[in-house]
Amino acid sequence: MRARRLITTLLLCLLAGGCTGDDTASDDGRVTLRFQSLAWQEESVAANKELVKEWNATHPDVKVEYVQGSWDSVHDQLLTSFEGGEAPDIIHDASDDLADFAYGGYLADLRELLPERLRSDIPERSWETTTFGDGIYGVPFLQEPRVLIANATWLRESGVRVPTPENPWTWAEFREVAEELSGDGRYGVAWPLKEPVSATLNLSLSAGGQLFHRDADGKVQVRFEAADAVVPKTVHDEVNSDGSASSTTLGMGGSDTLPGFFGGTYAMVPLGFSYRQQIVQQAPEGFDWQVLPAPAGADGLTQGVSPQTLSVAEDSPHKEEAAAFIDFLLRPENMVRLALGDWMLPTGTEALKDPALHTTEHDWATGTALAAHLRSAPAQSVRGYPEWKDKVATPAYQEYYSGAIDLDELRERLEDDGNLVLARYQR
Amino acid sequence: MRTGRAARTGQYAALLAYLVFLAFPFLWLVSTAFKPARELGSLHPTWIPKDPTLDNFRQAFDEQPLLQAALNSLVAALGAAVVAVLIATPMAYVMARHRTTLSRMATGWVVVSQAFPFVLVIIPLFLVLKNLRLINSMPGLIMVYVVWALPFALWMLVGYVRAVPAELEEAAAVDGAGKLRTLVSVTAPLLAPGIVATALFAFITAWNEFFFALVLLKTPEKQTLPVVLTHFIGAEGVADLGPLAAAAFLATLPSLVVFAVIQKRITGGMLAGAVKS
Repeated sequence: MRARRLITTLLLCLLAGGCTGDDTASDDGRVTLRFQSLAWQEESVAANKELVKEWNATHPDVKVEYVQGSWDSVHDQLLTSFEGGEAPDIIHDASDDLADFAYGGYLADLRELLPERLRSDIPERSWETTTFGDGIYGVPFLQEPRVLIANATWLRESGVRVPTPENPWTWAEFREVAEELSGDGRYGVAWPLKEPVSATLNLSLSAGGQLFHRDADGKVQVRFEAADAVVPKTVHDEVNSDGSASSTTLGMGGSDTLPGFFGGTYAMVPLGFSYRQQIVQQAPEGFDWQVLPAPAGADGLTQGVSPQTLSVAEDSPHKEEAAAFIDFLLRPENMVRLALGDWMLPTGTEALKDPALHTTEHDWATGTALAAHLRSAPAQSVRGYPEWKDKVATPAYQEYYSGAIDLDELRERLEDDGNLVLARYQR
Repeated sequence: MRTGRAARTGQYAALLAYLVFLAFPFLWLVSTAFKPARELGSLHPTWIPKDPTLDNFRQAFDEQPLLQAALNSLVAALGAAVVAVLIATPMAYVMARHRTTLSRMATGWVVVSQAFPFVLVIIPLFLVLKNLRLINSMPGLIMVYVVWALPFALWMLVGYVRAVPAELEEAAAVDGAGKLRTLVSVTAPLLAPGIVATALFAFITAWNEFFFALVLLKTPEKQTLPVVLTHFIGAEGVADLGPLAAAAFLATLPSLVVFAVIQKRITGGMLAGAVKS
């Protein structure tokens, strides 16, 4: 009897404690929006927080609350929040993470919510990255091309032709240059391919590689054709035939290759444009580096990207206010601030004209010149892509790059095993 | 005799190697925390920073609310440890002293429950807590930590209770002590090291826990240290290494301090007072 009374008391206490739980409803009728940002670099966090502050100062009726999220866990965290009906109103993410949320009905269709100014400022090719079915489920606002970061001194001394966005290397030329730069325990290039799939697929667009082919009935098939083999074969041959690329870096992330780059082991490293920030911070005094465009193929400098996006939760009771905040955040001058904070490129055409993005300092101009060539990543809207990537493509590419399997087996595994996986998502 | 000395030397060498192995990540973390950015990118890293700096700590504190997060972690971990021990101790006593089929099944269930992955329970748990209005609240998080730590805590304590000879309780009864007096004066002191060890386990489990805190706490003021530490990591695993190391170093300190303080209680006093003088 005493025990039963104790349990009842405990439960009552627990429920009473529950009343201390969070409640964002405002007593004065003011709308409060939660903006979950994934900004993580010092300048980027500062830029986001300043913009939130500016919004709050000029919009007394709609308060925005900055909530820090993290790239590392955003998918799981959002999924749980959506399921529990507790998602933030404004969601920062990457376009390649949106498909499941968009198809799952968790994100609001922004077509009727966004002003014409913002719709027309961002090119259609960028909107394609966030278009799923008929709807638009995110505003793409920052993106970065993959570029070659090169040791400028080494390049100058070797006498090789230095490529520009107007006159880039072809893939064949790139392979020759890498071979010319290597020798004596030094390598022309270091490919950090710990995550080989998106890097390979995005760069393969330059050679006309598509890999994913959508049939008339809307179903997607994997077909590994000649154009899809250009980039993988270059990497494979550089590592296994020419010895111009280090095999040890195949298992590394981008940051892991930087000490070797600074130490003079590698002449070039293909990295995202934003890695310049780390290079500026970490490069030894006097280290001379420069940004080169990635090699061009049959389709020129085209490459795939998954831009950073801002979305609105379908469950948000204040979708219009949330869209208005996104519009404010992505005004050209603000988009530039965000881009500079993240060392990335803005998607907006007005923002891209800003002189700050055309300086030679830190080679901003080289990256900005590549913006027009960026397209939606090939796997962007393919349902089942994450599973295909993890179970089939990652091990297959890793084995191919390390020389464990040949091109035919790579093709067989990507197509046969891959299509079995995709078929389960398209029944 | 010579063989014995050689064996002992080998043992010490193995122990030393093991200690170095265990200490390496922590020492490297400390070293990294004091290195300037340029040294972090060196191809030939050194143990002792050539040009030690506190900039990483300054940046870590500037960028993230580390103190608030540490306080939140402390509240969650202490709360979980205290509540888990309060619940587990009487349960463990009953399970250890009254061995029935039910208690054996309960022990089996306790072990099996440890195999449940977090993702399996997180959504139902989220919904339950939401209905109780315990999302984004410390009581909610503590409740989850208690539930999560309880099976293992119970399992640990059952072992400790069994190690206390039942004859001592019987002897106390013969001397005229009642059940409560026996538990308080005889059993509890002998169980103290076990209770402390269990509390430490629950504390460290909660202190290091990331996923539940990530999902259940929404507002920045309530986030715990492991969640805040991930804010130094960017897309594709790129990390702001210096500030991350500085923050992670600070995050390990409370665990070390708590362990250092409590460690004596775990090792000392085992079965102290078991023999009447």
